[in-house]
Order: sequence, then structure tokens, then C-alpha cells
Amino acid sequence: MSGQVVKNGARDVAKLTPEQAKRVVTFGAAAAVVGLGVAGAAYAVDRQRFAYSYLVGFMFVTTIALGALMFVLIQHVTRAGWSVGPRRQMEWVSGILPWTVALFVPVAMNAHTLYEAWMGPHAAEDKGIAKKLGYLNPQFFFIRAAVFFSAWALLAWWFGKTSAALDDSKESKTLTKKMQAASAPAILVTALTLTFAAFDWLMSLEPKWYSTIFGVYIFSGGFWSSLALLALMTIYLQGKGFFQRVSTVEHRHDIGKLLFGFTVFWAYIAFSQFFLIWYANIPEETIFFKHRWVESWQQVSMLLLFGHFVIPFLWLMPRTIKRSNAGLAIAAVWCLAMHYVDMYWLVMPNLDHQGAHFTWIDLGGLLGPVGVAALAIALRASKGSLFPVGDPRLPEAVRLQNL
Amino acid sequence: MPEPKTKSRKAHALVGYFDTPADLFHCCETLRDEGYKDFDAHTPFPVHGLEHAMGLRPSRLPWIVLAAAAFGLSSAYLMQWWMGGVDYPLNISGKPSFALPSSIPIMFELTVLCSAFGTFFGMWGLNRLPRYYDPVMKHPSFGRATDDKFFIAVEAKEEKYDPEGTRALLEKLGAKELLEVEP
Repeated sequence: MSGQVVKNGARDVAKLTPEQAKRVVTFGAAAAVVGLGVAGAAYAVDRQRFAYSYLVGFMFVTTIALGALMFVLIQHVTRAGWSVGPRRQMEWVSGILPWTVALFVPVAMNAHTLYEAWMGPHAAEDKGIAKKLGYLNPQFFFIRAAVFFSAWALLAWWFGKTSAALDDSKESKTLTKKMQAASAPAILVTALTLTFAAFDWLMSLEPKWYSTIFGVYIFSGGFWSSLALLALMTIYLQGKGFFQRVSTVEHRHDIGKLLFGFTVFWAYIAFSQFFLIWYANIPEETIFFKHRWVESWQQVSMLLLFGHFVIPFLWLMPRTIKRSNAGLAIAAVWCLAMHYVDMYWLVMPNLDHQGAHFTWIDLGGLLGPVGVAALAIALRASKGSLFPVGDPRLPEAVRLQNL
Repeated sequence: MPEPKTKSRKAHALVGYFDTPADLFHCCETLRDEGYKDFDAHTPFPVHGLEHAMGLRPSRLPWIVLAAAAFGLSSAYLMQWWMGGVDYPLNISGKPSFALPSSIPIMFELTVLCSAFGTFFGMWGLNRLPRYYDPVMKHPSFGRATDDKFFIAVEAKEEKYDPEGTRALLEKLGAKELLEVEP
């Protein structure tokens, strides 16, 4: 291992060796090739089903990347010291965002299948939809998508680049302050674009249904699963002997606490959405949950209640679980799986009206975007250092202790 | 009951202080390794890791809070079921007189409320509060525990307590103004 010595007593290995970097990129490229291969086969076999399956996979990856970007921004705006090490891994994950515009191509190609209800020729005949066509029309839809992708790519690129520049800059304090100043407006931009992207790509699948909390719902799931991914990456890197000081069991414990907290946050938001709709009992609102209570969708809905909330909530409660590698890793894998179920539950009832049935086409829709995301993360991980070596708050991160 | 050998029956604790947190830390580690259990440290600010140096077990407070939370959750459910569903059902806009979704906000709130009470009063119970003073405070310099000195107090009820031996041990570790305080 090549050793870049860090100031302040921390002597962690800061860079992958060229061989390790090559192995990471090879793994990412292999994942992308396999993923795109399965996705291509699925597309050839069942084009219509693939359109929906792919949207699930696309949203799975995009929400996680947005969660990671939000994590990075929140660390800057709060001047967080503990998270200097883990912030770098989240910068890698947010590095998926510049790629999402390419990942969006199949969604755009299949837009007329997915959003037939308001893109199709009969949209204007339905009074409930006709009034929304000023917002829900193909031109404006694609203009908005272009705005979202530009904003995300810009933010992910700039915060990644500036953080990487800390490594050998003599003005790391100035750069840190610059990122701190930019992070507040960046949070605003990310929150708004994320909300409208959720409206455009998911909520408009059922154009007559609406929920004002929907953007927050998508954010909560994305942020939650990005923390799960961060936990997995941290456990892996620590297990490989990296991070003796900048990230330890104390940092893992904190990531576990955040994962626990956002388990509750998701449940709070999901219930808030359900509760108002249940209570008001208005047909155009309740239709969303009615579609998700048909036949086996009922079991998927219950799986979300228990799998997305009750089980991780109870599992992550004890301190010993959050501090144990295996305990946290199990939780993280479970949370990522549940985030996929959540996205599946949002999209697929629009195709499978008679109940849920998972097929290999759905797997293709997932593996394609996941493979590309793995490559995007690998490319970022292979370059630069494993944690912001020159960050002025690094000593603070090294000192972290949970009392 | 066998008579304790050299234990002073009057003394409550042997109290002294150190000038630095490091000295206190070292003292606590030594006492812990010697097998002492009934001793306490008083410092002007939290000293990180001191609980490990003292060999304290993890607090039982989380279990009290969990029990209080479970009590809050179940009592909120039962209360609403009994009041709304059984004892006095009201027809409000044709909605069910009892349903789980409409009960959840109250269940959540009572869980949080009872957890907070469990934490606050559980802490009182574990620390034997309220109590106006502790005999340790009779040490004439004890006020400096809130200023610039780091106090150690070994209680006389401690199995290993021995007025001479413990005093010698603490003196060797550098404790100052060692005094036996009365109960």
C-alpha cells in the first residue's frame, strides 16, 4: 500500500495502489457490462414491461445518488467534523448523478408507454387531466428533466472537485468556507429539483392522483438507502485495513444512528401521506392505495410497513448492533432491498393491475442502472484519495467518540 | 454479622482531589484494577472515557425507557379502543368508531411522552434523586470540583475499603487533601 502521510497524527493509507485502483475499475466495468447485458436482453424480450422495470431501477439509483449529494451538502452546511472521512464515499456515490442523464435515455424513449395517460392523444378528453396539461406536457417535461440533470451534474461535480482539491491545497480553509457558503443554496436547489423530479417521473404515472408530501417521501427513502450504502462501503474499506483513524467503529456507530433515525423519518412521512388520504377518503386520492391493495400488492404494502420500518427500527435500536460490523451490514443490505421494494411498489402497480408478480425482466431493469452506477462509483474511487486528506476538520473526525 | 476488621464505622467516604484530569483518570484505572467498585469521580467538565477507566457497566436506563415506550404505545392503543370502540362509540361522518390508522398519532405521541418521562425520572431513580446533598460535599474544598480540581471519593461501604490502605494507595497516586468525610 502506498502511504501518503497525514498530518495530525493520523497515518491512514490515503490512496489505493494502482493495482487496487485497476481492480476496482475492472469490477465496476464488469458490473456495468453484466447489468447492461441483462437489461438489453430484458428489453428485447418484453419492451413494455421493461419500460416500467427500468423506471424502478433508474429511480432506485437516482434517489440513492441524490441522497448522497444531500448528505455531502448537509455536512458542509453544518460544518460537520465527524463525517470528514465518510463524506468522501458519499461524494463517490453522488458521482452517479452526472451519469443519470444517460441512464434517463431508456425512460425518455419509453415515455409514451409510461406516461400514456397524459402524453397520449386522449389526455385532453379527461377533464381531470386536461387541466394539468399546462404542466404535464412532453415539451415541458423534457425541459424540466434537462434542468434537473444539469443542476445535479453541476453540484455533484463541483462539490466532488472542490473537496478533492483540498488534498494538496494550501488554502484548504478558504475552499472549505467556499463549499460551506455554496451548500445552503445547493440544498435548496437539490430539494426542489428532487421534489419535481419525483412528481414528473413517479407521481405522473397516475396523473389524477396527487400528494404534496410525495417529494419528501422520495427524499426520505433515497437518503435512507444512501446511508445504507455508506455503511456497507465503510465496513468494507475498514475490513480491508483502510481507515484506522479517520473512520472507526465510532463513525460506523454514527452512520448506524443516522440509518436508524431515517428509518423513523421515512415511516413518519409515509404514514403522514397515507393518513391524510385515508382520513379525507376522497376517491381521486384513495385510488393510489386502492391500486396497492389489490391481490398480492396487499402483501407488498405490508412488506413495506414491516420491512421498511418495523424490522429495521427494532433491529437498529441496540447500540451493540450499530457497532457490530455484521449487525450493521445486515441492516444495510436489508435497507437497500427495501428501498427497491419501495420503488417497485410505486411504479409497478401501474402495469400489474391484478397483483404483484416479479419476473426476470424486473431484474434486468434493476441491474442495468445498478451496473452503470457501480462503474461511476468505481471510477471516482480509483482516483484521488480515500478521504479528504487536507480537510481542516480531519483532526476533529479522528477524535470522534460516542459516550 | 462478622465485625469488620479495621473499617471506621463513622466515615462515609475517603475524599481527595487531583490537579489534572489525567491524574484522576490514572487513579480511577488503578482503583478499578485493584477491584474497587464503590467509588466516584467528580470533575468540573466531562472527561471522555472516564466511565471505562472507572469500570462502570453500561447504564440500565435504555431498558427503563424501552419499557416506558412499550407502556405508552400499548396504553394509547387500549385507551382509544376502549373509549372510542367499546365504551362510548360516536358516529362522526360515518367513519369507523375505532380504527388503527386514526389511533397511530396518539400512539406515537404517548410513546414519545412516556419515553421522555421514563428517561427523565428513570435517571432520577438510578441516581437516587432528588437528594439535597451528598456527604462527599462535606469535604472543605469540594466546591473546587466545579472549578479546577478533579475529585475522587472512595466510599466506606466498599468491600476493599481500609482507612489506612486506601489512603496510602491514593496518596501514592498523588491525591491531595485526603479526608474521611462523615455520613
